[in-house]
Amino acid sequence: MSDLAKDLHTEHMVINMGPSHPVTHGTVKFLATLDGETIVDLKVDIGYLHRGFEKMCENGTWQQVIPYTDRLNYVSPLINNVGYALAVEKLIGIEVPERCKYIRVIASELSRISDHFTNVAASGLELGAFTAFLYFVEARELVWDLIEMLCGARVTANYVRIGGLKNDLPEGFKEKTREVFKTCRGLWRDVDKLLTKNRIFIDRVRDVGNMPADEAIAYGFTGPCLRACGVPYDVRKAQPYLVYDRMDFEVPIGETGDNFDKYLVRMEEINQSMRIVEQALDQLPSGPINLDMPYYRWQSKDDIYTRIDSLIFHFKTVIEGIKPPPGEIYFAVEGGNGELGFYLVSDGSGKPYKCRVRPPCFPLTAAMPRLMQGRLIADIVPTFDMINMIGGECDR
Amino acid sequence: MDASATLNKLTERFPGSIIEIHSYRGDDTAVVKKEDILDICTFLRDDEALLYNFMMDLTAVDYLGKEPRFEVVYHLYSLKYNRRVRIKARVSESDCSIDSIVPIWISANWFEREAFDLYGITFKGHPELRRILLYEGFQGHPLRKDYPIKKRQPLIGPTN
Repeated sequence: MSDLAKDLHTEHMVINMGPSHPVTHGTVKFLATLDGETIVDLKVDIGYLHRGFEKMCENGTWQQVIPYTDRLNYVSPLINNVGYALAVEKLIGIEVPERCKYIRVIASELSRISDHFTNVAASGLELGAFTAFLYFVEARELVWDLIEMLCGARVTANYVRIGGLKNDLPEGFKEKTREVFKTCRGLWRDVDKLLTKNRIFIDRVRDVGNMPADEAIAYGFTGPCLRACGVPYDVRKAQPYLVYDRMDFEVPIGETGDNFDKYLVRMEEINQSMRIVEQALDQLPSGPINLDMPYYRWQSKDDIYTRIDSLIFHFKTVIEGIKPPPGEIYFAVEGGNGELGFYLVSDGSGKPYKCRVRPPCFPLTAAMPRLMQGRLIADIVPTFDMINMIGGECDR
Repeated sequence: MDASATLNKLTERFPGSIIEIHSYRGDDTAVVKKEDILDICTFLRDDEALLYNFMMDLTAVDYLGKEPRFEVVYHLYSLKYNRRVRIKARVSESDCSIDSIVPIWISANWFEREAFDLYGITFKGHPELRRILLYEGFQGHPLRKDYPIKKRQPLIGPTN
């Protein structure tokens, strides 16, 4: 029988898993060259969600970029906001007040929790685990309720400003967070019981998508995918920003880098992020949330409506934009998928000369052909899910 | 973080190739000649005291009006020494090409395709230099400063 198979002249078939597909987690086109069910070659085509983020940033003022950053990694928008604001503040050379730093940490970690919930839920869904999806979507809804309490919107947050925040924490935020986290932890335990020791889940995700650590570094992996390969690189620990050096949290590390390790790393990071938020809420100092530098952050509406100097600063910064000194910087924060870097070039005018985002999932998606070499076509689904490619971030 | 160790070693090893160095806001930056980029990057990755094993970002900036017009910017990170460095190489409009560093860090593959797509800079020796974010029939390189933001493209569609 196998002799017959050897003499059968078969050709490789090229299948298109097109940009809109029920199980690909974003608009990406895969051209898989197949020998039966085994993938011989995989070509990845991105760019279906390219909206010209950099070009639009160059045409608006520095503050007008913030709503654009929301739409980059749209499952964790607050992290993008925080990253951009910190980058501009590094360029100007200013530092925000303490309370603002703690609230930014709380906002980032809530976003990260919702990002990981979404990712594990969607991966479960695409492998057939519908219950896990529903449980984590409920948990995500509760976290989004918190974010909505904070800034008024669930996804397009637009919360962080250069030199401060839009508004302070609302009344009752701390108590609501404790309640929400209690429910979320319960749901986490439920999904853990459903998936972590589940034979079907493990058979689909174990030993697929693994990558040796030095090759992962050469491919530019960062974030949970790199930590699953065993490399302990987390921007929050390596080059701490805001108040992460005062928080007590651990960074989970995997072993082989396969999809199961990526899943475990993300699940554990949810727990660690919840710890960070609780510590930040306990340590929260009182004080102002906005910097008192009217050149960069305009003053409260009371002042603007009654004092002429505040009005003039407000007018100038809105019409012409804030003016960081000429120069260039690179600043990196830990996004949901890895190192989210902002490279900003200023020429001294109110508009950015260049505003570049280093997308964490861009090199991850570039490594898909390498991860899928010799695998079955059904392995595309868990591998691509666990990379957590967010179209808005990869294509910008 | 020892800020200027990298820059000192670079200027020591490649005295003729470094055009300018600075550390604005603590970011070590070196502007180098584009002909030596492969040697400099290999040195940065392999030297025992530097070990820049991550190529974090590769992008280009268009300084319209200055000569040379483009500047290709590389951001590197060393995991062992927890250091960052930025290498910049000036590329002129008339000879708009630079060596590809894909043999050194494979993550440069897609980043260089993006720089080619949006700026039009050719990377010599790149295995597959074609557009990545924009579609194949796109005309022009949009992130150049002389590409107007509201420019229209010719309509494309199936040829019957």
